Amino acid sequence: MTVISAVDSQTSVYDDLVPPLTPMQAMAEASRCLFCYDAPCVRACPTSIDIPVFIRGIATGNMKGAATTILSSNIMGGTCARVCPTEILCEQVCVRNTAEERPVAIGRLQRHAVDPLIASGSHPFTRAAPTGKRVAVVGAGPAGLSCAHGLARLGHDVTVFEAKPKSGGLNEYGLAAYKMAGDFAQREVDFILKIGGITVEHGRRLGGDLTLAGLRRDFDAVFLGVGLGESNRLGIPGEEFLGVEDAITFIGRLRQAPGGAGLFVGRNVVVIGGGNTAIDAAVQARKLGAEEVTLVYRRGRGQMRATAWEQELALTHGVILRTFAEPVRIDGDGRVQGILFEKTRLEGGRLVGTGEKFSIAADMVLKAVGQKLAVRELAGIDLAGGKIVVDPAYRTSMAGVFAGGDCIASGEDLTVQSVQDGKLAALSIHSFLMTA
Amino acid sequence: MADLRCNIAGITAPNPFWLASAPPTDKAYNVVRAFEAGWGGVVWKTLGEDPPVVNVSSRYGAHYDIDRRLLGINNIELISDRPLEVNLREIAEVKKAWPDRAMVVSLMARMEEQAWADLARRIEAAGADGLELNLGCPHGMCERGMGSAIGQVPEMVEQVTRWVKAATRLPVIVKLTPNITNILWSAEAAKRGGADGISLINTVNSIISVDLDAMAPTPIVDGVGTHGGYCGPAVKPMALNMVAEIARNGFTAGIPISGIGGVTTWRDAAEFLALGASGVQVCTAAMTYGFKIVEDMISGLSNWMDEKGYENLDQVTGRAVRNVVDWNALNMNFSTKALIDPALCIDCGRCHIACEDTSHQAIRIVQGEGKRLFTVENEDCVGCNLCLHVCPVPGCITMHPEENGLPYVTWPEDARNPMNLEKV
Ligand SMILES: Cc1cc2nc3c(=O)[nH]c(=O)nc-3n(C[C@H](O)[C@H](O)[C@H](O)COP(=O)(O)OP(=O)(O)OC[C@H]3O[C@@H](n4cnc5c(N)ncnc54)[C@H](O)[C@@H]3O)c2cc1C
Ligand SMILES: Cc1cc2nc3c(=O)[nH]c(=O)nc-3n(C[C@H](O)[C@H](O)[C@H](O)COP(=O)(O)O)c2cc1C
Ligand code: SF4
Repeated sequence: MTVISAVDSQTSVYDDLVPPLTPMQAMAEASRCLFCYDAPCVRACPTSIDIPVFIRGIATGNMKGAATTILSSNIMGGTCARVCPTEILCEQVCVRNTAEERPVAIGRLQRHAVDPLIASGSHPFTRAAPTGKRVAVVGAGPAGLSCAHGLARLGHDVTVFEAKPKSGGLNEYGLAAYKMAGDFAQREVDFILKIGGITVEHGRRLGGDLTLAGLRRDFDAVFLGVGLGESNRLGIPGEEFLGVEDAITFIGRLRQAPGGAGLFVGRNVVVIGGGNTAIDAAVQARKLGAEEVTLVYRRGRGQMRATAWEQELALTHGVILRTFAEPVRIDGDGRVQGILFEKTRLEGGRLVGTGEKFSIAADMVLKAVGQKLAVRELAGIDLAGGKIVVDPAYRTSMAGVFAGGDCIASGEDLTVQSVQDGKLAALSIHSFLMTA
Repeated sequence: MADLRCNIAGITAPNPFWLASAPPTDKAYNVVRAFEAGWGGVVWKTLGEDPPVVNVSSRYGAHYDIDRRLLGINNIELISDRPLEVNLREIAEVKKAWPDRAMVVSLMARMEEQAWADLARRIEAAGADGLELNLGCPHGMCERGMGSAIGQVPEMVEQVTRWVKAATRLPVIVKLTPNITNILWSAEAAKRGGADGISLINTVNSIISVDLDAMAPTPIVDGVGTHGGYCGPAVKPMALNMVAEIARNGFTAGIPISGIGGVTTWRDAAEFLALGASGVQVCTAAMTYGFKIVEDMISGLSNWMDEKGYENLDQVTGRAVRNVVDWNALNMNFSTKALIDPALCIDCGRCHIACEDTSHQAIRIVQGEGKRLFTVENEDCVGCNLCLHVCPVPGCITMHPEENGLPYVTWPEDARNPMNLEKV
């Protein structure tokens, strides 16, 4: 285990992995957009940002217009520009792929447009006349903040209750440091709150000092944007050893240690999982100086939830990808020393062990096998498949209580989807409040 | 938020972006879609006397840049090929449904008073907000004695304007052809005839390309072609100059101008406004990208005006006119020098070779670390701007006026002027 005193500035985990475009790059890239009709990129964006229009704004020098176009569909356009897997969203369907096998760099152009507006300290939207209605939002993540902004814009007063000391949800505690360089999460939160009419109360937890009944009593409506608060367990011996940690906890520590001082990382790190979180944890461990990082996934690369681009990212960072192996036991003497795997294979779509085993030495094991909903505080609300059940208008089974983001069963654990949920839920809550 | 409402010759619109008389304004279907998209007004496709004209097939040619972006198109279409009655009915319906948008109707007729007067009256009866006289179509119609055949003869421009003014109370805008030697002759004629406003430019006479296999000009109609009307981004500079000439000419100054020719972005529009236009008309940009293009035009112009502190279009219109002067009024003592920023330079060498081969041999090359270092020798630089224009990186080469302490001296006052030498 290595304790880090300061992060090497050349490969810093806190620097932009994908740097901002220079003005010249932005100009060249913007001029590649064909201003398609009923553009496929817009259809592929969960928040339906009018991409051709904002790119045209960049091309014509209407930067404020470009930013406003983006933010009017997606108030977290800044974060989404940085973290969206564009390779499976807008950029995947860009028509420039067909002829040139290279899409317009929509994500980077989006950042180019939004960043100056956020840096300017201004806010492009104004609030409607006050309605006198009050809404409680639980969770200051993408879903909660997007919903709060939408409601505040429509003239309602919003109180956001957030258990953690900072707002942003996984933008602040979960996304990879190199995607959110320069404390962007907090700068974006400040920007969103500039609309006015939103109060955030930190250290307030539903299930702690807050109850659903209390919120329903004190407010005209409630929105739940609590995300997935618990991590899945491996359920194998040795999981309690020192050095075994949830990947998301590891990333949270990393994100909250400015400059990386005081962080510790293993020499030999094993990451278990095949999604975003696994890749992010592995790459960040490498960037922090881990000598050997092995990412082990129980199925093949084709089945990984991490996109091809992300897998490539891990490989170019020297992460060893091992597939078709499942952890059986963690070995150690109170501290982890290694981990035993059994090889697997797919038999007619079903995963089975082959009986063949192997060990990997490790002084740090990061578990990235999924998050799940913390259900205790949600008593009285219908759940299905471990998530909150909502109708198309984001209504839960409890009258006046709405939900969106990772905690509902929309199927997409993406920032952009959570922003969209929050945005649409705000409209639904608005019509609920105004017809009630 | 800047106030974008515009008023040209008493015709008002929520914004200065109008569609020019052309296929985009050919019928109710298009015009309604345009209004839905946000366009402030239209000039309906030119109406003529019945029976309607007949168009040929194969109608447009294109001028591309190397990335296959359209620099311009040319066309050999005539005026509206639909019955007058149908057009007038649709004009009435659309105007009723969209009362706040400008509905100007373009018309064209033979060189006969009755023909112009009848058309004008029927259009007025349909509820149009104004008339635009098409005295500019440079192909087809001119062979029948109409369009540019009238627009190129100042006396006829004046006469037609007078006829129409006498026949209707609607504001009359005269649309000028650029296919003349001096735009002021036709602009002044229009003013003398009583025009309430002027719009320009119509298309420029052109052969846009030659198909080297067919050995015929494009667009090709059954093996042969004809000259057409050129429009789009490439014609903007000519249009800007003509607008400015009218705006700064004593007799025509102050006449409301609707600027046309290559308007593709809000910036183009702002330039037309600055040179004296009160609004713009767009054809090629809409034909290239569809009506949605107006969104960025509106928001871009509005944001730019906010940034500059302009509250309404009147504060922009004509703002640059006082800075358009004759060559003889330029300061002979002004001197500006190019400066190359090595940090932005990408080492392409284009500035050097442009200056070396075709200008003043002022750009030196030093073998720098890794890449070449380009520097400007101030002694040799005449401040022509060529290097700046050929440089692919925005902001890499900038021009810096020299503080030489010399007074503003024009050529007529300059000692180097041989006319002055004679005087001494
Ligand atoms: C490691 C990791 C990396 C990821 N990387 C990407 C990526 O690159 N791109 C991408 O698009 N998506 C990524 N995701 C997914 C994305 O972060 C989520 O989809 C998104 O943040 C969900 O937003 P949310 O608002 O629903 O929940 P969260 O972001 O989880 O926010 C929920 C908020 O609610 C608070 N809260 C929870 N319970 C309570 C309570 N009882 N009382 C009060 N407050 C409470 C939490 O503290 C938190 O602030 C990643 C996820 C993880 C875990
Ligand atoms: C296909 C086509 C047809 C046109 N028809 C007319 C017409 O009927 N009447 C007219 O006044 N101008 C006509 N024009 C000229 C346009 O109104 C406009 O003056 C010209 O295209 C310049 O503007 P632009 O550069 O925005 O295209 C036509 C242009 C095109 C391309
Ligand atoms: S645009 Fe194409 S399809 Fe439409 S009329 Fe012209 S040639 Fe035909």
